[in-house]
Amino acid sequence: MAANKKFEYAPAPESRAIVDLQPSYGLFINGAFVDPVDGHSFKTISPATEEVLAEVSDAGQVDVDRAVAAARRAYNKVWSKMPPRERGKYLYRIARILQERARELAVLESLDNGKPIRESRDVDIPLVAAWFFYYAGWADKLDHAGFGPDPKALGVAGQVIPWNFPLLMLAWKIAPALATGNTVVLKPAETTPLTALLFAEICQQADLPAGVVNIVTGAGETGRALVEHADVNKVAFTGSTEVGKMIARSTAGTKKKVTLELGGKAANIVFDDAPVDQAVEGIVNGIFFNQGHVCCAGSRLLVQENVHDEVLESLKRRLSTLRLGDPLDKNTDVGAINSLEQLTRIRELSEVGEAEGAARWTVACDLPDKGFWFPPTVFTGVSQAHRIAREEIFGPVLSVLTFRTPAEAVEKANNTPYGLSAGVWTDKGSRILWMAGQLRAGVVWANTFNRFDPTSPFGGYKESGYGREGGRHGLGAYLDV
Amino acid sequence: MTTTAPLPVERTAEVGDIVASDSSLRRFLHGLPAVDQVGAEARVAMLSTRSIKTTAKAWAIDLAISMIDLTTLEGQDTPGKVRALCAKALRPDPADQTVPRVAAICVYADMVPVAAHELAGSGVRVASVATAFPSGRAALDVKLADTRHAVKDGADEIDMVIDRGAFLSGRYLEVFEEIVAVKQACGAAHLKVILETGELVTYDNVRRASWLAMLAGGDFIKTSTGKIAPAATLPVTLVMLEAVRDFRDAMGRQVGVKPAGGIRTTKDAVKYLVLVNETAGDDWLDPDWFRIGASSLLNDLLMQRTKLTTGRYSGPDYFTLD
Repeated sequence: MAANKKFEYAPAPESRAIVDLQPSYGLFINGAFVDPVDGHSFKTISPATEEVLAEVSDAGQVDVDRAVAAARRAYNKVWSKMPPRERGKYLYRIARILQERARELAVLESLDNGKPIRESRDVDIPLVAAWFFYYAGWADKLDHAGFGPDPKALGVAGQVIPWNFPLLMLAWKIAPALATGNTVVLKPAETTPLTALLFAEICQQADLPAGVVNIVTGAGETGRALVEHADVNKVAFTGSTEVGKMIARSTAGTKKKVTLELGGKAANIVFDDAPVDQAVEGIVNGIFFNQGHVCCAGSRLLVQENVHDEVLESLKRRLSTLRLGDPLDKNTDVGAINSLEQLTRIRELSEVGEAEGAARWTVACDLPDKGFWFPPTVFTGVSQAHRIAREEIFGPVLSVLTFRTPAEAVEKANNTPYGLSAGVWTDKGSRILWMAGQLRAGVVWANTFNRFDPTSPFGGYKESGYGREGGRHGLGAYLDV
Repeated sequence: MTTTAPLPVERTAEVGDIVASDSSLRRFLHGLPAVDQVGAEARVAMLSTRSIKTTAKAWAIDLAISMIDLTTLEGQDTPGKVRALCAKALRPDPADQTVPRVAAICVYADMVPVAAHELAGSGVRVASVATAFPSGRAALDVKLADTRHAVKDGADEIDMVIDRGAFLSGRYLEVFEEIVAVKQACGAAHLKVILETGELVTYDNVRRASWLAMLAGGDFIKTSTGKIAPAATLPVTLVMLEAVRDFRDAMGRQVGVKPAGGIRTTKDAVKYLVLVNETAGDDWLDPDWFRIGASSLLNDLLMQRTKLTTGRYSGPDYFTLD
């Protein structure tokens, strides 16, 4: 019989062979891959190994002009004239191809982003397909969506998305835009452009009319050119509050319709009657899912003071079972930090947390030599005045605060410039309903966290942005209503 | 497992307070943290995606074999059938001497003498179901006589059933006292307490029944008789593993867990071991602390083991029926 009492999981890497990486990628404009006019490019790397994955084009002003012009042409000549049912057919076709190529997309997402394959395979990609299926169904039912008879599309949508859920954010943007009859120019984040480029291939495979979807890769300047473009009717942005404010300023006074989904500092509130084992899972899922690179992450744990020690002890024991490492290993729970820049920010804010007097606790685990890594970290003894309780860290760092009464929990949870999400853990149904009414957050999860569904609207209060994505509400953001 | 002296059924002051009355016991059991069904099932679904391959799989298969309580609990059981099962327990794969022995044979009380004779000195234990298995619907003195008889005939372990009727109607103290009495009747034999979770239905009930059985001195808590569907499930086992983990933290005594019924494939067995590993931890990855009640599982483990060592699948005819 086995003498060794430790259950060591052997490496179980998902094969990379399914992904056909090209050495370089052009811009996807008017249904074809084209080189950028001034020929600039940048490299995208795997954050887990720092290996260069591909060269990607850096779109300049002229390229953005071409993309917007292509989208405008497609809107005028094809997409706005097409019967809604036919638009729906294209979306269904895209959704099916996304499912057929799910493994390929999951591997590529994990390679480029650093997130564990378990999450890209079981969360990101299934949701991507679900989003397209959901909005495909709306395409010919807009008359019944509550916006009056025959609501009209806006025209060309300029969309800028972040690096934390690259393909999922693309789906959140493109699926409702196309279903409502708009054409799009989308800019993926500079550190995670590859799945968007594979999505462009899928558009070709689905015979989507040229120019309906255009993908321009690049960094902040490309995004600015797109957002500020005079012929864009709608701007949709997901990303930092800082950039969101710049976009709000630059679009002010124009006729552009704008939705912004920005940062968060969500409170995950655990009452003393909570189902403790599941609450601990929810805390873990709230802040360590996707390395904490989640705008709605439960980065502030508000735990009732009388169960603080018990919950923290359970949490630490649970965290010691997390498996950090190769994102392509099927047993990995915590992958790589997406970029050196982000890693630097997480390190800085963690040092500030210590300097301000919070107690830092980190899982004892070996970090790989190459790539960008940060171990799951918990700060206890955090107060509302600490920067780690106020600023979005966007990493695997949890700040623990306590409260004594439900009213105090609400007060502390709402005492933030953000308001994207919140979590409530209690066995009392009435308290859940009361809390949900009091919390100023776009999403309130009860006895769960970080669950998404295309039927549910998502968006923020205050500095977490405005507008709603998902569900019936998400249609309104792309209609002239 | 080494034969140990009978565990004295010590009633510490703490336990004494809890079981002072029906209402104090109820307050305690209902004061245990709730289990959220959706969350518990989601946790199990996530752990079921663990990919256990190559060396890890080989290790897990051998561990799983050594944890099996090879079971036959049929009205049609005969001494011949039990002897055959004992031979299988001692040498699961006649063609491969490196295969570990199973942990125990689990039979009805009247078959204990046969099994005890066949397994004497082998290290493979004899477990007997008792206490009017599987329904538990008999008078207490009948249940105790059933237990004493099995122990006298050579059972090393007794698998008792709790009175689910009493539990569901809230007579917790009655259930407690019955387990205490059976534990005393066991003497040196280890006591596994079958909760019959398929009849308790909710995870809150499973957690309460687990604590009740542990407070009463059970050495193991076991999911099912195998006669009621559903038998063992992963979420129920998760809740029980959390209970033994928390009980040891609170009371300082380690209690084992035995899922039984419905575990038929290597894939299933490995999922249970992953659950043990990531819930209760290393200390339970041992036949002394985790058992799997099964009959057909063993041959699937042997087939997978042969596949790993030879690279080929053999047909079922290459493995003995029992």
